[in-house]
Formats: sequence, C-alpha cells, structure tokens
Amino acid sequence: MIGSIAAIGAGLAAIGAGIGIGRIGGSAVEGMARQPEVAGKIQGAMIVAAAFVEAVALFAVVVALLGTR
Amino acid sequence: MLTNANVVVAQEQHPVQAHNTDAATSHKPAEKEFNVTETILEHISDDHSWHLWGHTSIALPVILKTDKGWETFSSAKLMDEHHEPIAYTGATTGYQFKVNTNHETGKKSIVIIDADGNINQAATASILDMSITKNVASMFIAVFLLLVIFLSVAASYKKRGVTTAPKGFQNIMETLILFVRDEVARPNIGEKYYKYMPFLLTVFFFIFINNLLGLIPFIPGGANVSGNIAFTMTLAVFTFIVVNFSGNKNYWKHIFWMPGVAVPMKIFLMPIEVIGIFTKPISLMIRLFANITAGHILVLSLVCLIFIFKSVAASAVAIPFTVFISCIELLVAFLQAFIFTMLSALYIGMATEEHHDDHH
Repeated sequence: MIGSIAAIGAGLAAIGAGIGIGRIGGSAVEGMARQPEVAGKIQGAMIVAAAFVEAVALFAVVVALLGTR
Repeated sequence: MLTNANVVVAQEQHPVQAHNTDAATSHKPAEKEFNVTETILEHISDDHSWHLWGHTSIALPVILKTDKGWETFSSAKLMDEHHEPIAYTGATTGYQFKVNTNHETGKKSIVIIDADGNINQAATASILDMSITKNVASMFIAVFLLLVIFLSVAASYKKRGVTTAPKGFQNIMETLILFVRDEVARPNIGEKYYKYMPFLLTVFFFIFINNLLGLIPFIPGGANVSGNIAFTMTLAVFTFIVVNFSGNKNYWKHIFWMPGVAVPMKIFLMPIEVIGIFTKPISLMIRLFANITAGHILVLSLVCLIFIFKSVAASAVAIPFTVFISCIELLVAFLQAFIFTMLSALYIGMATEEHHDDHH
C-alpha cells in the first residue's frame, strides 16, 4: 500500500519534471530557430535548467524511496 | 515501483523456496530469495569490505573507537566463507563485534554483542566507526588519481612552458580548467574570481572523478561515493563556510536589513533570508546526492529486470537500456560536478558583490 502511494508520488513528480523539461526544450529550440548564432549558449543554459528541474524530480524520488521504508 | 516488483518476485519465489528448505538445512548455502530493493540498496550503500564477485571480496581495515579504547582489525574477520556475518572478539577491548543489518532501513553497521548474541546497546552507542570503508577507499583512489593527473600535467607545463601548445593529456585538463575559469568562476564571481579558483577547481575535479569512478561497475570504481549524503554534505559545508566567510558588509545587510523596502517588510524578510543561508548548501547537498543515487538505482533496476523475469531473454531489453542510461549518466557526472561548482561560484559571487546604489 505504502509502496503504491510512493509510486504514485514518484509518478506525479515525473509529470512535473516532464512538463518542466518539455517547456525548457521547446523554448530552447524556438530560441535557437530564431537566433541560430547563439545556439551554443542557449544549449548550455538549457542543459543547466533541465538539470535543475530533474533534480527536483529526483528529490521526490528520494522522498518516495525513504517513504517506503 | 521497487516494492511492487518485490511482491512479484516474492510470489514467484514461493514454490522455489519450498523446494529449497531441505537444501537450506544442509551445509550448502541455499540460494536466497531475490529481493530487488534489498539488492539495490546493498549496492548503493557503504560497506566494510569491497565486494568483487561471488564470495570474493577485498577485506578493508576496520577502525573502531569504543569506550574501552581503539580496536583495529580486518573486515575479513567479520564474515565466514559464505559471507554470513560472524562475531569477532576484539584483541584490546574484549568486546564481541558483529555486522548487524537493520531490517527496516537495510543499513549495515558494526554492533557489540554480549555472550548470548544480543546487541549490547550501551556499548554499541559508544562505537565511533572510523573504518576505511569501501567509500573511503574509493575516495583515496580518487585522490591518488587526481594527484597523478595533476602532478603529471604540472610537470609538463614546467617542461614545455606555458606558451607552447599543450600536448596529450595536458589538452583535456587545460580545457576543463579553462572551462571552470571562464564559464564558472569569472561570470559568476567577477573580478575577484582568482582567489576562489583553487576551491572551485578542487570541488569540480573531486566530484567529477568520484562520479566517473562510481560509473565503473568493478574495482577501482563501483562505490557510490558522490551518492553518499555524508560526502555531499561535507562539500556543501565547505561551500557554506567559503560563502559566509567571504560575505561582505553588503551581503549581511541584504540578509538582516534588506535595503530599499519598508521597515515591516525588512522585518518580514529577515528570517526568510536567514533560512536562505542554510537552504542553499542543503539544496547543493541533496541535488548531488539525489542525482547520483538515482542514476545508480536506475542502472541497477534495469540490470535487476533480468533477475525479476528470470530469463536470459530479458537481457535483450535490459542491457541496451543499461548502456543507454550509463551514457546519460556520463553526461550527468559532468553536469552535476559543473552545477555544484557553478552554484558555489554563484553564491560566492552573491556574497562578494558590491552594490553602488541602494535603490533597487
């Protein structure tokens, strides 16, 4: 039971992170299409921002993992 | 996710276990029930010996401080030939030491047991475990590698001078060092960046090499050093100290008496900013820990798929996915080292920033 709830929690976190990373990626591609000359910089910023979003999702995974114990 | 998988495995295992009961009573060690969560947690946690394969492992020194004095022995004395924990009587203290696994958390620790085999809680509480564990040994390897790399690169600069083009390994190190300087330190800290370069470079390379060693599945890698919260906490504490000791008047003013806002707002912001001093290093600590641990769990879960389905065919799916995730983890290994360094630089930059106008 607790395991299932933790799994739901991890899933919800994955939804949030998915939306976040999707928006970052989409905006980055848009930005690169508009200004291809700064594509490299946008890509760097995109990866860093994506890592931040991913970290938040991983916090949730860790909490879910600790919650199952 | 993991717990659900357990249930499946447990159900599958029941008939097998019934078969094995007579085997378990004989001397031959019986195949234990495969528990995914237990296996994964065992692989990502610290240990007193370095497991190689099967029943082969490298014994590491155990150093314990008890209320009766120091006790030093090899971790090989704590287990029998089947890797089951056995008691060892200490030479100087006379205590009986044994590895105990906490069934709730899966955490292994050395406890003191009395003659009946029960845990002596009072004596156990006095143990200060300073053993060279798997993580510590892996960290020593990382330090040794860093020393070899940087001393050889420094020697080649001495030999060829700084104006000639770098050669061989010197190339990649120069790229990385310049990356930390030009992309991390200078944009975030500003003109005073030079003072903080040794700290930032040390943190960057130490995290990076530990992340990379963690991705190697066998010795000299395999330990989950940067996925250990004590390791990341130590690094975050260093950042905390560096940031707060280099904080200027302006930094402290922004924390305790925010300029440019009304007095009630200043009072309201003060506790928030004070909490902010501590949440920054805590977020650094959890970010690195969670990312690396999650990476290890992901790889191990994919490998465990083979054992969950109990068929070689599952490896056709599991192995390509493991390789794919491992490649992503290579990126994450670099990215997390970079982000830890960049955020440290950002916090240092915020602490040392000079404001010329107080109207904002």
